[in-house]
Amino acid sequence: MLAFLARRLLIAVPTIFFVSIIIFGLQQLLPGDPALALAGEDRDPNVIAYFHKKYHLDKPFPVRYLYWIDDAAHGDLGQSLRNQMPVGALVLQKLPVTLELGAVAFLIALLIGIPSGILSAVKAGTALDYAANLFALWGLSTPNFWLGIMLILLVSVDLGWLPASGFVPPTENLAENLRTIIMPAFVLGNAVAAVIMRHTRSAMLQVLNSDYVRTARAKGLSERTVVLHHSLRNALIPVITLGALEFGQLLSGAVLTEQVFTIPGFGKLIVDAVFNRDYAVVQGVVLVTATIYILLNICADFAYFLVNPRLRS
Amino acid sequence: MKWITRIAMAAVLAAALASGTSAKTLRIGLAEDPDLLDPTLARTFVGRIVFASLCDKLFDISPDLKVVPQLATGYEWSADNKALTLKLRQGVVFQDGEPFNAEAVKFSIERHLTLQGSTRKSEINAIQSIDVLDERTVRLNLAKPFAPLLAALTDRAGMIVSPKAAKEEGKDFALHPVCAGPFKFVERVAQDRIVLEKFDKYWNKDNVHIDRIEYRPIIDNAVRVANLQSGSLDLIERVAPTDLPALRKDPKLQTAEISSLAYQGITINIANGPKAQNPLGQDPRVREAFDLAIDRGAIPQVVFNGEFTPGNQWDPVGNPYYVKEFPVHARNLEKAKALLKEAGHPDLVVNLMVPTTQEDQQGAQVLQAMVKEAGIDMRIQSVEFATSLDRAHRGDFEAWYIGWSGRTDPDGNLYSFVACKAPLNDGNYCNPEVDKALEESRSTNDPAARYQAYKKAAEILIEKDRPIIYLFQRKWIYGMTKALAGFTPYPDGLVRVVGVDLK
Repeated sequence: MLAFLARRLLIAVPTIFFVSIIIFGLQQLLPGDPALALAGEDRDPNVIAYFHKKYHLDKPFPVRYLYWIDDAAHGDLGQSLRNQMPVGALVLQKLPVTLELGAVAFLIALLIGIPSGILSAVKAGTALDYAANLFALWGLSTPNFWLGIMLILLVSVDLGWLPASGFVPPTENLAENLRTIIMPAFVLGNAVAAVIMRHTRSAMLQVLNSDYVRTARAKGLSERTVVLHHSLRNALIPVITLGALEFGQLLSGAVLTEQVFTIPGFGKLIVDAVFNRDYAVVQGVVLVTATIYILLNICADFAYFLVNPRLRS
Repeated sequence: MKWITRIAMAAVLAAALASGTSAKTLRIGLAEDPDLLDPTLARTFVGRIVFASLCDKLFDISPDLKVVPQLATGYEWSADNKALTLKLRQGVVFQDGEPFNAEAVKFSIERHLTLQGSTRKSEINAIQSIDVLDERTVRLNLAKPFAPLLAALTDRAGMIVSPKAAKEEGKDFALHPVCAGPFKFVERVAQDRIVLEKFDKYWNKDNVHIDRIEYRPIIDNAVRVANLQSGSLDLIERVAPTDLPALRKDPKLQTAEISSLAYQGITINIANGPKAQNPLGQDPRVREAFDLAIDRGAIPQVVFNGEFTPGNQWDPVGNPYYVKEFPVHARNLEKAKALLKEAGHPDLVVNLMVPTTQEDQQGAQVLQAMVKEAGIDMRIQSVEFATSLDRAHRGDFEAWYIGWSGRTDPDGNLYSFVACKAPLNDGNYCNPEVDKALEESRSTNDPAARYQAYKKAAEILIEKDRPIIYLFQRKWIYGMTKALAGFTPYPDGLVRVVGVDLK
């Protein structure tokens, strides 16, 4: 098992290196001179020239890449061009926010998705199944930003139950933290809940029709034991794979959600950085995100081991 | 058990926070996230809103645009207009306890002039040397007369920082700014909030009634408004005119507004590269026809609910330097068509580069419909803002729908845009006559003489050459809770918290 893990980690290294080249290359395709975007309204030529020199913008692409990757390999992701804060510090400041948002959203997605998936599989063809499917279709087809604005108008402006936007760190005030995070997490988790529900349903249907389940039933086990103990465990394997991928999706979905709810997380960091042509931040954030994504997939592989004894041999 | 402990802890924490909120906190929603909080390096309009509470300036402006004392109590120009002597306020200290004096003023202005990357240098580079005459008196010696200097000192160039903090912090001063304003810096979480707290040794502390300010950048207009409506914010700036009716109807809220110095216009590529080679760029008659085809009341009416005002110059109608001899003209389609025919372009095609914001796009569409009636086929090229800056700079445009946030002195709204080779002159327009008039306006401090100089410039810029076609003037619109009292809007759009109270 250790050999397997080591192999996966080794493959990750060249992958991340390759990703870094793509990130850097794609960024160069962004039109617009960052020095101009940085120079502010007055666009003083001396200031523009100063930025060109300071951020090596006057050097050719490969040279700039080497400067960056050299620093990044030493743990220095550079400095935000806009507010001079170190990118590493910004990432550390914003990442927990998005991870919390993602985790709560994921939890909401699981809490809605798995039970409704099981229910609609067990009660396949009934009104309950159709209702669950309808809910899934709604979740999949509702855009994040629209649902976000609608919820703000309903829950915050009209009912006054929750703050409209913003974020309070859990270390500062846990109750306020939950109040600020619950609405965006629901918006974000909503679509994922739908995907998980659909996959749980189809996996469950498959398992429920398999021979060993029939055997279990024939043994006279209660339906509850058959469904939750014998079937669910096997049905969950594809759902876990999907879960890991969907968690990555959640992180990218957070880009929009954070924008709507003004949550100072990773997504907001990158969107603002793109508009301000804050190259150092864009590169740093995308590199970290890609690394997380790769690591999550390794975690998913590892999770199969724990769930499926056959893979362990 | 764990759960119970956690819930109990949260309750205790919430109670502790609730009891601690008797301090008055003013929560302000900003339309953007400010850049560097260092007056020498700062570049954005929104940053100036934060500076208004953090850093006092030598002078301030009054709502009717007069220069009024702040850290300096008075000034005097020398007879040849080449030296400005400033008298400084007594009993002022910086937020780190250091004394404010003539040496500190000299240090800050020299820092503006010499720090690498300074965005202030171009505003005050007429200053050649600074003499400290005594503890409270300082003299700025100029290379040549420069009337806009005083206005520059009412803005970031007039902000004085603590020399001790600036020396100690070096490059990182922006992360922990120390000035002599009514509120001192507490913390900043990028893209989330900037927190300031009352400075108890502020020279005018009797007029400061707020204990703490939280600035929260919320870019989306609708979300900013929702935060105000739900009580998460106390004041928001740059309310969209289309949101005004909803705010006015809300019994918990009030609004304030004032004509701004910000204008919207169309910059035409006259001589910046091959893209300038088109009828609009080359033939003043075509530009006149384009100008005549515009109904200046229509864009403010259609896009901005009639809240913004039509304009045709770099300063708003009613400004002391608005050239009254050239008022906003009426639309004249017949003459526009005749001019196009005379110029030999009855089927003119114009490509207008427009930033992708919703209001810019709508404004351009209204414009498109209007000039169509004169036979001009105006095509909108939607370009993301930072990209449009780059294209304009390189001359990759024919005409550009672009605005300016406005400066107190007319020089700040005109010189950089139309003087030969000036930094914001993207169309590369150059007319020695205009340059001469602009130099004249800079060289005298007599308002009547300056007006005459601007009149000369206007005659060429508005009536003949039209390198920029001015369209309308914006308003600064604020939404706030009814609990807020004493807020006065200013034409520069900044939020001044001195005098403001929360009931």
